[in-house]
Amino acid sequence: MRLVILDDYDSASEWAAKYIRNRIIQFKPCADRYFTLGLPTGSTPLGCYKKLIEYHKSGDLSFKYVKTFNMDEYVGLPRDHPESYHSYMWNNFFKHIDIEPQNTHILDGNAANLQTECEAFEQKITAAGGIELFVGGIGPDGHIAFNEPGSSLVSRTRVKTLAKDTILANARFFGNDLSKVPTMTLTVGVGTVMDAREVMILITGAHKAFALYKAIEEGVNHMWTVSAFQQHPRSIFVCDEDATLELRVKTVKYFKGLMHVHNQLVDPMHSMKDYKD
Amino acid sequence: MPSNKSVSDAPITQFVNCRILRDHSLQREDLWVRQGKILNPEKLFFEEQGFADHKVDCGNKIIAPGFIDVQINGGYGVDFSQATNDIKGGVALVAKRILEQGVTSFCPTLVTSPPDIYKQVIPEIRVTDGSEQGAGVLGLHLEGPFISREKKGAHPPQFLCSFDEGGVSDLIKIYGQLENVAIVTVAPELADSGPAICELVRRGITVSLGHSMADLCQAEEAVQHGATFITHLFNAMLPFHHRDPGIVGLLTSDRLPAGHTVYYGMIADGIHTHPAALRIAHRAHPAGLVLVTDAVPAMGLPAGRHSLGQQEIHIEGLHAYVAGTTTLSGSIATMDMCVRHFKQASGCTVEEALEAASLHPAQLLGISHRKGTLDYGTDADFVILDDTLTVRETYIAGDLVWRK
Repeated sequence: MRLVILDDYDSASEWAAKYIRNRIIQFKPCADRYFTLGLPTGSTPLGCYKKLIEYHKSGDLSFKYVKTFNMDEYVGLPRDHPESYHSYMWNNFFKHIDIEPQNTHILDGNAANLQTECEAFEQKITAAGGIELFVGGIGPDGHIAFNEPGSSLVSRTRVKTLAKDTILANARFFGNDLSKVPTMTLTVGVGTVMDAREVMILITGAHKAFALYKAIEEGVNHMWTVSAFQQHPRSIFVCDEDATLELRVKTVKYFKGLMHVHNQLVDPMHSMKDYKD
Repeated sequence: MPSNKSVSDAPITQFVNCRILRDHSLQREDLWVRQGKILNPEKLFFEEQGFADHKVDCGNKIIAPGFIDVQINGGYGVDFSQATNDIKGGVALVAKRILEQGVTSFCPTLVTSPPDIYKQVIPEIRVTDGSEQGAGVLGLHLEGPFISREKKGAHPPQFLCSFDEGGVSDLIKIYGQLENVAIVTVAPELADSGPAICELVRRGITVSLGHSMADLCQAEEAVQHGATFITHLFNAMLPFHHRDPGIVGLLTSDRLPAGHTVYYGMIADGIHTHPAALRIAHRAHPAGLVLVTDAVPAMGLPAGRHSLGQQEIHIEGLHAYVAGTTTLSGSIATMDMCVRHFKQASGCTVEEALEAASLHPAQLLGISHRKGTLDYGTDADFVILDDTLTVRETYIAGDLVWRK
């Protein structure tokens, strides 16, 4: 595991965006070989998306040969509802970049057969050659995507009922009216994310600190599903100071001491302008 | 590059680098157009997996819905109230020229005229869609002859009428027909106006109160019969009085049918209404303010003597008088001048100024589901303005119809 600790939310967002940028550019994606990216929603990745949009607008990063797979979507919420994850991705990312619509994949929470929809999503990932880099967040209860406490660590894309904690956390997006928050979602499984060649988890804010502690300093446990990535060969946790508040001082000092190594991943910053084929 | 054609083959244009008026505010969003309508890009992306064929860079300008002028008597030498031998040509000329003012839809207005003028002119002016030939005609505005003698303004007194038979028969007797009529201005204190108002409203025609001596009670009664507009507020009506506010009192009346908005035309040329009066009206009832030009045929022409209806007019600078008097006979300000003057005089926001010339007239005519906004699915009639609110480009159904 790489634990990359930045001072604040903005620096963490920027580091993560730079990493994604370099990964895509160095991959040299083309029509025969797309870069497959797994994407999250929520408030944590907003800063990262803003930076990626900046890089696109400055001409340094193109998403023409990138395929994206989102982690989850609410069940039963109309696709054009302002809080659906389709709306989130359109407004916060897709409408600002040059990604082609057919290269984006988000689970359809209004599909006639949810089970088939989930299976089809897994097949699309396989058909695309698997996920090169899966970016995710962490819930206050340590969940990855909507794999709530108790989810199998080898689970695949499926329907999940949300835990009370998650519904409470999401209420702020539905006018604080608990009755309006969807109770079921379609989500990629822990196993689905584990299949990615690389996993990057963004964790910012003091309210996520305990979850981060449980995820990386305690054992692999299905009650804190992010802990599954302790068994992934290539994972990066990008966080800010506040998110490390529950970690042991020794852990934090060790990884801060490695920042000069971590920073070699984002410096120098590559640009598509350098690759004019 | 373009859509997968699952819904339509038509090309898609995306206007970028602009600020659009949507949901009452200027937002940094792109405007998407296909087949003459505003397109929902999110729906296009997810359902059709489509994107734009052409992108137009707007240079960070403002995009607003096209302006709608519901009271315009002519312009550029054309007088709608005259039965020339080329009435259609006259309307077309004005329709073409007002594109320069950012007007994409209008109501040609006929002042009080003798019955044979109505019978010759009305059948020649039809509801038409706008195009690069000119702004769309939404329908006629018949201002008179069922108005008050004392408040006739510039209208010729010999052709004023009253409701003799009651109801629609008087209207048909004078006008000949009511097809292609969008608005009729009446003085509600005229005896038996009630049935006529009801009949017009029943036919989907907007009834406006104006050129009237009505008190507030009579005006409220007319609104209860279905009237929804006031013709050029303050002009040609009793002045506001604190014990009988008259028609002006409709702006704050508590006796209007629930959910009904009374709209009021405002000639914001700096001459017909004192800026302080404009501010009072705006502050009392901002949602009802509709900018109108009430432009006379001399609009767009140089100073001198011209004709309006059955009378002679004298132009001096920005003033137009009934020749030989000091009675104002309509304005020669253009719609975009009115928008700028309204904003400057009232101190309102850019959004409010633009909506007074687009959204409010569309709401008045009950067409805001297709005109007067940049909502998805509405007609792509819009203007591109710079920050001084000067019109730079006019579009109708998504096509460029005028450029500065």
